[in-house]
Amino acid sequence: MSDIVEKTLTALPGLFLQNQPAGGPAAAKASFSSRLGGLIRGITALTSKHEEEKLIQQELSNLKATVSAPTTTLKMMKECMVRLIYCEMLGYDASFGYIHAIKLAQQGNLLEKRVGYLAVSLFLHENHELLLLLVNTVVKDLQSTNLVEVCMALTIVSQIFPREMIPAVLPLIEDKLQHSKEIIRRKAVLALYKFHLIAPNQVQHIHIKFRKALCDRDVGVMAASLHIYVRMIKENSSGYKDLTGSFVTILKQVVGGKLPVDFNYHSVPAPWLQIQLLRILGLLGKDDQRTSELMYDVLDESLRRAELNHNVTYAILFECVHTIYSIYPKSELLEKAAKCIGKFVLSPKINLKYLGLKALTYVIQQDPALALQHQMTIIECLDHPDPIIKRETLELLYRISNAQNIRVIVQKMLEYLHQSKEEYIIVNLVGKIAELAEKYAPDNAWFIQTMNAVFSVGGDVMHPDIPNNFLRLLAEGFDDETEDQQLRLYAVQSYLTLLDMENVFYPQRFLQVMSWVLGEYSYLLDKQTPEEVINKLYKLLINDSVSSETKTWLIAAVTKLTPQAHSSNIVERVIQEFTISLDTCMRQHAFELKHLHENVELMKSLLPVDKSCEDMVVDASLSFLDGFVAEGLSQGVAPYKPHHQRQEEKLSQEKVLRFTYLALSFSSSGFTGRQSPAGISLGSDISGNSAETGLKETNSLKLEGIKKLWGKEGYLPKKESKTGEETEALPIPQESIMENVDQAKTKKDQCQVLTQSKEEKEKQLLASSLFVGLGSESTINLLGKADNVSHKFRRKSKIKETKSGETAHSHSMTCSSVSSLSNVSYDEDYYLNTLQDRGDKELKKFSLSLELLDSEPLTELPLVEKLSNCNLSAPSLFADNDMEIFHPPQSTAVSVAKEMSLASSFLEETTECIHSNLMEVCNNETISVFSYKIWKDDCLLMVWSITNKSGLELKSANLEIFPAENFKITEQLGCCLPVMEAEGTKTFQYSVQMEKPFTEENLSGFINYQMMDTHSVQMEFSINLSLLDFIRPLKISTEDFGKLWLSFANDVKQNVKMSESQATLPSALKTLQQKLRLHVVEIIGNEGLLACQLLPSIPCLLHCRVHADLLALWFRSSCSTLPDYLLHQCQKVVEGS
Amino acid sequence: MTCFILIQNWEGKTRLAKWYMQFDDNEKQKLIEEVHMVFTARDAKHTNFVEVLNEYFRNVCELDLVFSSYKVYTVVDEMFLAGEIGETSQTKGLKQLSILQSLE
Repeated sequence: MSDIVEKTLTALPGLFLQNQPAGGPAAAKASFSSRLGGLIRGITALTSKHEEEKLIQQELSNLKATVSAPTTTLKMMKECMVRLIYCEMLGYDASFGYIHAIKLAQQGNLLEKRVGYLAVSLFLHENHELLLLLVNTVVKDLQSTNLVEVCMALTIVSQIFPREMIPAVLPLIEDKLQHSKEIIRRKAVLALYKFHLIAPNQVQHIHIKFRKALCDRDVGVMAASLHIYVRMIKENSSGYKDLTGSFVTILKQVVGGKLPVDFNYHSVPAPWLQIQLLRILGLLGKDDQRTSELMYDVLDESLRRAELNHNVTYAILFECVHTIYSIYPKSELLEKAAKCIGKFVLSPKINLKYLGLKALTYVIQQDPALALQHQMTIIECLDHPDPIIKRETLELLYRISNAQNIRVIVQKMLEYLHQSKEEYIIVNLVGKIAELAEKYAPDNAWFIQTMNAVFSVGGDVMHPDIPNNFLRLLAEGFDDETEDQQLRLYAVQSYLTLLDMENVFYPQRFLQVMSWVLGEYSYLLDKQTPEEVINKLYKLLINDSVSSETKTWLIAAVTKLTPQAHSSNIVERVIQEFTISLDTCMRQHAFELKHLHENVELMKSLLPVDKSCEDMVVDASLSFLDGFVAEGLSQGVAPYKPHHQRQEEKLSQEKVLRFTYLALSFSSSGFTGRQSPAGISLGSDISGNSAETGLKETNSLKLEGIKKLWGKEGYLPKKESKTGEETEALPIPQESIMENVDQAKTKKDQCQVLTQSKEEKEKQLLASSLFVGLGSESTINLLGKADNVSHKFRRKSKIKETKSGETAHSHSMTCSSVSSLSNVSYDEDYYLNTLQDRGDKELKKFSLSLELLDSEPLTELPLVEKLSNCNLSAPSLFADNDMEIFHPPQSTAVSVAKEMSLASSFLEETTECIHSNLMEVCNNETISVFSYKIWKDDCLLMVWSITNKSGLELKSANLEIFPAENFKITEQLGCCLPVMEAEGTKTFQYSVQMEKPFTEENLSGFINYQMMDTHSVQMEFSINLSLLDFIRPLKISTEDFGKLWLSFANDVKQNVKMSESQATLPSALKTLQQKLRLHVVEIIGNEGLLACQLLPSIPCLLHCRVHADLLALWFRSSCSTLPDYLLHQCQKVVEGS
Repeated sequence: MTCFILIQNWEGKTRLAKWYMQFDDNEKQKLIEEVHMVFTARDAKHTNFVEVLNEYFRNVCELDLVFSSYKVYTVVDEMFLAGEIGETSQTKGLKQLSILQSLE
């Protein structure tokens, strides 16, 4: 990369030099150069940021005057734009010029247009309203006969384009895929890639054209199409397995040097293309032995060919290694890949070392032994002078952390933390430390001290979950009450010591944590009296460097301690000083304290000791105000109506739903949008795009050897670790390495130990304490159990977060809101519900009843049928859903008839629910496997029935479904049948729930059986499930529809052309009702309201309106992706039929 | 996917900024500062990308590039689109650039 930039840039001065013609233009150019040059020189000469600001503001006001003057020519405008770009780049606001940039792109000649487009792409963001004004210009330029104009239009479209206007340019861009110039084709493909990024449903129908681009005769166009494929395969790898062969062939050609030399880079053939292909293969071969086998050869060859010592070959090698570790493993390749990683890690070159560490982080899950091999290098990297290497090493350590090495790893992380100044690094690191501390804390003292470090350094930038979770942990406690008390007491003592230190400033968040803990748990102290604690809090209260928010926490703590205090001098002083505070909030708190202080009994009952986890009984109906209300009513005051009721009334007054108004009122109501339910590990997301996979990997990895310390089961202190307190960083004794580390390796280590210098010995010891518990055996043994523990913890944190929004705002007198969740049982349903938006919660209140389509006959669902059929072995046989033309190969007509009768008898048994036709998913001479779907109210029930066609007895027939990421699959009945009688049939039932929306996804599994004690046979099958299998009608009233509509944040709009046969509203609605199972709520004139829900309970609403033969669809849902997916389905049925 | 392309000089002055994801102004400034901190904290010989450009800016002429900054953007736009590398062939890229150049 660097070299490409370098070369291109080296060529630039040539380009600029050509560009010095004499005469008029030169003069203009000179003046432009000098103007921008003057500005730049001026800035360079300045010494302070303040002066720069002044100069640029001056420049901006000049520019503002020039661009708005009517006499300004386009040429001058172009120069102004360049200067505006410069100012904007330095971070100053040049928004007054945006509209002029669009005008310039519209009106200018080629060069001016180019600058106009450039300015637009730099100034505006995707959702900027002005972007709409650009659409016409783009459409015009796309139709231009001048290739340069077409190129510019395609370039701008690939950079920035309003999502909702894609239909306006899509046909034009699709045409360009057939253009004779390859550069146009290439840019068109990239434009479609951009559309795929921002609105995948809009380009779903042109997948076939992507395939054409993949086969394009020009390498550049083909390479561009890979960007789209990487994304599509990432989303649904099963849909593209058939392309594996093509990708392998392309890679073979590239590696074999069959491409034009144009694409060589430092005599490496098309390296970027290789990298893309390797990534694609990695995605396709994941967990799929058959597909992986296709690529072993080419991967081997790639590894072999990438020998040149150049950065770009290292990149290829890195990708290769990554792919080899992602796909179904092959030992020879793994060996080579491990060797390659070893070379990287041991290299003295920083960039290679970095790649090696990065690769280790990727593969650590599959191959912990590899990290053990390189443990000494990793230790050295911890003290590496390069910060990037250091950071990557910590990331690696984070992934291998477990209960045994936690002290050392966290210590290393803290050391790095104290040196760091960058905010992202701090946020990231404190998040990880807090996460590890909560998970593996070996004892109270260590936990509190580590958290103290986290709070002091992370302070006000850390994720708010960290203090919230910490307080919750303290408050909720565990089963062992005495342990809980010790932990709390330790925290209290530690904070009092910290507060005793003079001239030390703590971050506000830390002070807040301290004041809550002191307020709640000071009663545990023996020596200090509440007065002493209050005195310390008072000192903070009168400290100017403490923020007023923290002061409300402090005064809350004082209030809690007041009933325990014997003398009240200090409390009275607080009251005296703060009832005259200028801060209204403080004054209110002080007055509350004052009034409570006058009535000690009331105060004690209000602020009981150690009851933060118990729910307070609050009269939520505010019945004590009834008298006041009655008085008001009697004086003719209008009765109170809740907000949504008022909305509703306004609506009904206008008879017709006016959605423009709704949309406005919605946005002004301050809906906070979706909260991402990510847990505390959010902090680690910043570490880059590896974070997603990282989380998954760490999930199983860092739990090795976990002691259940902080689980729900209770705090389980390990008594032996008491000695560890004095010898904190001391390594684990040698025997423990013996236990865990690879035998051979250990022996070697021991030999080395004898000959090592002292310093080396230290490193060795550090290594043994870091890599303890990493051996392959412990991995396997502990994985299952460990996973459980972490899961529980994570789940709790997530639930916590959904509440934290409320917690943060309520500095109530007791500050006990943190605890309100304490007694909730976290069963699966609750968990799911809390993760959903508020909209969902509201939905529950309406207690909506669901229904399946009112007894529509089965054959009315051809779409679902078609979708489910596409991946079957002989799809054409099922084309018209007619069971009678069903001819499983290799079986006689008689047996077919038998099978049919047998299988359909199952259908009869289950006909209360709607179900699909029976279809064969796989067969051989002995058995046939049929399957059908039952669309139950609350789930999709998949039934597989295995029919034994032979006259022989089959043993241990078994059916298993592969776990799939997007599904939650539950087995309904026991499914292992010991002996399958001759010509018998056996059914297996699984209920399937969708975990996250998708369009289509394969569910696969296998069947195995044994025949007459001879051999066991295994057959794989897969079934295609579509989103529609999980859509159920949502029966709600128009009124509920209105309320829900207002509460949903995600919407999608699109106009769809109706086919001629059904160009009326009722027929279109009927189609939607029959094919998509939407519930028609009401039809008002030319508008229709429909509702459905995605199982288990994600609602989606649809408003449609007819204009001539266009159907305007408007979806809203609490889920951000659902509307897109549904729109796609609607489009298909409305346009298609 | 590339999130942004930045060219800075040693002093941390931005010479080119191209964003492929939506950031607000504060985030942009923060990123620019942090990127600069990361790179200056590293030993000069390890920062290949920035180093090459810095060498180029210093020795060839930083001002030349700044005066024609929009041409540098043109180069970037020809090579990257939608956050992905668009043109992998140098010869082809330069050919297209010279066509664009001939407009002036």
